[in-house]
Amino acid sequence: MKLPELTYRVWKVWRRDFDVFMKTYKVNFFPPLLEPIFYLVALGIGLGSIVQAIPGFSSYIQFIAPALLAISMMNNSFFECTYGSFVRMYYQKTFDAIIATPISIEEVIAGELVWGATRSLISTSIVLVVIGAFGLIGSPFFVLIPFVAFLAGLTFSSIAMCFTAIAPNIDFFNYPAFLFITPMFLLSGTFFPIKDLPSFVQIMAYAFLPLTHAVNLSRGLMVGNLESFLLLSVVWLAVVTPVFFVLSINLMKRKLIK
Amino acid sequence: MAHAEVLIEAQNLTKKFDGLLAVDSINFRVFKSECCGFLGPNGAGKTTTIKMIHCVLPLTAGELTVAGLAVTEKPREIKKMIGVAPQENNLDPDFTVMHNLLVYARYFDIPKAYAQKRAEELLKFFQLEEKRDVIIEQLSTGMKRRLILARALINEPQILLLDEPTTGLDPQARHLIWDTIRSLRKQGVTIILTTHYMDEAAELCDRILIMDYGKIIEEGKPADLVRKHVGEEVLEIDFDEKVMKMLQEKFSDARLEVVGDRIRVFTDQPHGVFASFLEGSHVKGAAIRNANLEDVFLKLTGRRLRE
Repeated sequence: MKLPELTYRVWKVWRRDFDVFMKTYKVNFFPPLLEPIFYLVALGIGLGSIVQAIPGFSSYIQFIAPALLAISMMNNSFFECTYGSFVRMYYQKTFDAIIATPISIEEVIAGELVWGATRSLISTSIVLVVIGAFGLIGSPFFVLIPFVAFLAGLTFSSIAMCFTAIAPNIDFFNYPAFLFITPMFLLSGTFFPIKDLPSFVQIMAYAFLPLTHAVNLSRGLMVGNLESFLLLSVVWLAVVTPVFFVLSINLMKRKLIK
Repeated sequence: MAHAEVLIEAQNLTKKFDGLLAVDSINFRVFKSECCGFLGPNGAGKTTTIKMIHCVLPLTAGELTVAGLAVTEKPREIKKMIGVAPQENNLDPDFTVMHNLLVYARYFDIPKAYAQKRAEELLKFFQLEEKRDVIIEQLSTGMKRRLILARALINEPQILLLDEPTTGLDPQARHLIWDTIRSLRKQGVTIILTTHYMDEAAELCDRILIMDYGKIIEEGKPADLVRKHVGEEVLEIDFDEKVMKMLQEKFSDARLEVVGDRIRVFTDQPHGVFASFLEGSHVKGAAIRNANLEDVFLKLTGRRLRE
């Protein structure tokens, strides 16, 4: 494994993806605007009416709102760097076109990863506005959430890119979607407190599921409950992300440069 | 020679893919301002060689320099001076024609205002002005090829790598591309071209390298190669046992080839020998034609299909 040599050219790749996103911004802005509304109404108001109060939260909807932010971070970056990157790499040959210019393959992949993180940032910010409109922001620390979105977005992008590097075809992504994303979606303290799970599962969730830490941070910042536990999540993301960032670039390089 | 300056030089250049020897220790030189053609059947190693020249495939062994720079050491500097028109369409389908050129210019650090000016010129030159705001999907094959060529020129390259630039094009589009290649050559751009069309190679290339099974098996000027390997003329006659016998007697030193129901006679005897033979005999379905590069190619690489 080698540390990639990256220059300012990473931004040129990022900018290409950003330009495409902005061309179709109306389509891109809708899901993060509507999806949280569905969840907040169905789960927060509907299900919430029959759920008993969770200690430390005035209502169930207040408990799940931060989880929606974390899920948005996960989905947007993970799917951008699996399906999105795979289409650009394999079907559109965009990477081939770019590496015929002074940009290196490492920079292409790094640009994709940073773009994945940026998508997380954009979508999560939109979700944040929706949640704000529902009056569910309980602390001024919420302003730090976009930073979390970028960091966690980079984590999910980097993990996603590792799957892209080993994917023999686009259908392969069904595996990480069902075996990694779905269990994480349900078991990371998203819709019920993680404390309610068997301790073994709790340990697994903290050790291996990045969403647990994204939820943890979002919830802490939303309600202003800055316990030391948040620091653990920051450290977890800050350690895991560079590892997968470098690993994914190496794996992609091995896949593309024979 | 007018173009003595060596621009690209390969020494024992080798490329292996998982045990498959795609390029087998080849040596070649490309001179400044020439148009050099790489010919060969599918899988001969042409595209692999081109990809090593523009630094996207690492070498397995040997040395390769472009303008005196080693591809292994200075890929960015080399890629800056090269324009590439790949075999496969890799235009960006998410952008319009104009935006494709501008985004590509950005990859080369070309300032925006200059890129805009350059892109306008290229669109005009390739007769794509009316398509400037059209999305790639809606272009015909010929327009896509032209745009790929325009994109390859956005950085005003000294070296242009064209991998089968006219495959699948109608004669009009083919001639436009040929004219472009000629005018770029006149401006001093060094061109490396691969093609399966022998008339195209004969038309455009100053020099030709024929590759097969990863090796360079012959090189030279198109006309010299034709003279050396097939002579001046080829006689073609409908197949018939009697005629065959007669030909074998008459042209004992010639190469006779039967393909389908035609006999082909290749000889290094001078112009006119076939004509005088035909006058004295009464064979049917005979035709004399000039020897061409396709004859050379088939002689050297055989008729067996490769894929």
